[in-house]
Amino acid sequence: MADSDALSTGERSRRNVLKAGAAVAVSGGVAPLALAHPAVAAESALPPPASTAEVTLRVNGVRRNVTVESRVTLLDALRERLGVTGPKKGCDRGECGACTVLVEGQRVKSCMTLAVMEDNRDITTVEGLARGDELHPVQAAFIQRDAFQCGFCTSGQIMSAVACIKEGHTGSHAEIRDWMSGNLCRCGCYPNIVEAVRDAAKGGKL
Amino acid sequence: MKLFDYARTSRVSDAVGLVAGHPGGAFIGGGTELTNLMKDGVLAPDLVVDVGALALADIGVRKGQLLIGATARMGDVAEHPVVRERFPVISEALLASASPQVRNRATIGGNLMQRTRCWYYRDVGSACNKREPGSGCPAIGGQNRWHAIHGGSDHCIAVHPSDLAVSLTALDATVLTLGPDGRRSIPIGDFYRLPGSTPDQETALRHGELITAVEIPESGPAAGSRYLKLRDRATFEFAVVSVAAALIQAGGVVTDVRLAFGGIATRPWRSAGAEEALRGHPLTQATIAAAGRALVDGAQPREHNAFKVELVQRALADILEDFGGRK
Ligand SMILES: Cc1cc2nc3c(=O)[nH]c(=O)nc-3n(C[C@H](O)[C@H](O)[C@H](O)COP(=O)(O)OP(=O)(O)OC[C@H]3O[C@@H](n4cnc5c(N)ncnc54)[C@H](O)[C@@H]3O)c2cc1C
Ligand code: FES
Ligand code: FES
Repeated sequence: MADSDALSTGERSRRNVLKAGAAVAVSGGVAPLALAHPAVAAESALPPPASTAEVTLRVNGVRRNVTVESRVTLLDALRERLGVTGPKKGCDRGECGACTVLVEGQRVKSCMTLAVMEDNRDITTVEGLARGDELHPVQAAFIQRDAFQCGFCTSGQIMSAVACIKEGHTGSHAEIRDWMSGNLCRCGCYPNIVEAVRDAAKGGKL
Repeated sequence: MKLFDYARTSRVSDAVGLVAGHPGGAFIGGGTELTNLMKDGVLAPDLVVDVGALALADIGVRKGQLLIGATARMGDVAEHPVVRERFPVISEALLASASPQVRNRATIGGNLMQRTRCWYYRDVGSACNKREPGSGCPAIGGQNRWHAIHGGSDHCIAVHPSDLAVSLTALDATVLTLGPDGRRSIPIGDFYRLPGSTPDQETALRHGELITAVEIPESGPAAGSRYLKLRDRATFEFAVVSVAAALIQAGGVVTDVRLAFGGIATRPWRSAGAEEALRGHPLTQATIAAAGRALVDGAQPREHNAFKVELVQRALADILEDFGGRK
């Protein structure tokens, strides 16, 4: 029986794909979807597991090399090791969004990913938005709309807003609220944040 | 967080071999759950194997089955046109989950394997039979507003938190795995275990067994399926109760119906009784009420969660209204 049949009919394939923990690739027929043959992946040497690693992060366009323990989060690597303190540590549990950065252009919470997992990726923090003295339109809109009080959540709000606008989730106030919901503001500046995101989205030049 | 070794590989067999060969090994997908659990000391793996580089992120239909790779991101699955059009309950359940930042990173495999949000489980200072077998369940006599009214035992009443799993339960999905003993196809109904006297054993997965994909049969009910999630705030919150409904009618009667519920049970909860009350009948006030009663038949509410008995019936009535039913 071909592996793909075993998968689609729900029958259990008794074929041994691994021997005593040693990695052995499965061979099988060709299936239309790569995931039908998970064990047939690109050949690669397996680097030995390690508790520290040298990691390259391209932070705001600058290559930064840093040796970190595997358990160091991207947030801690940025703040404590690279001195990039725009991303804030609010909850350290994924709940507040203060640590939001862009990885390869996508917004993520940097407290919930490990620096080693982000090796060789582009990281954009709030420090990377302005062009010299010229603020990014989202930054300008936050000032214009007075979209903060204490400012602790603001860098995360701005990074999230930049992505939210790029994703096209700014069609209405309700849509903005929903798609900005991963960023909490203890000062309760939500109405002004929504207006700022709306303004920046309308401005168009991001 | 305890120190651990980290490895990343693009070969599925290597990933499985590494974790299988290490009693303290664990996979990491997006890390949005495991990092929290490691910070809190709930889990303390000594080897973490990153599955992000495995070629398991495809989404597509093959032979009447939707296949979603285990490392596909929640956000990508939610916005995939085939998922939106032919399996809307999956898209709706995912979009109602967590936040955009989490959905950009979190994987389907990690989502299915997320742990309960029971505050006693998450707090290593508390007893918890799930985390520390035999230590007791403080939820049963303690703060249990979030806890289960179905599927609990004297040992555990923690709710399963995944919205995705509820939608997959309604659609009769199958979890595809690769482990040290080979491949398995596990119907989702067998994947999640009831706590019984071993609440620490949450799923059918064995140590080192990797979820590679989930498979969902195409069907008429799937194409018209819906998800309703009730929360303590409008968005970015776990379900207090939720309903996944897949249903078709012909000649004024329900011909096919699948109903699964979240927030009320120790695992995603399929209600055969509620389905039975509707199958072959028109959607009327009386049949909907009968389905609601069947759904909560045998429910075991606790001190702070008795409201769920009423709330989940109303949620069911509400979603059935979307299918043309009258409350
Ligand atoms: C603030 C917040 C709010 C949230 N709200 C919701 C919500 O409303 N609804 C909801 O459903 N979820 C919610 N979640 C949970 C979220 O969906 C999970 O954190 C996420 O899906 C986990 O996926 P991951 O890839 O990041 O998992 P990881 O953290 O990488 O892993 C989680 C677990 O799965 C295991 N694992 C990972 N991949 C595999 C695999 N392929 N095979 C076998 N085991 C594997 C890991 O070993 C680990 O035990 C929320 C999370 C946060 C932080
Ligand atoms: S610090 Fe990362 S979400 Fe709060
Ligand atoms: S401005 Fe103070 S937390 Fe948002």
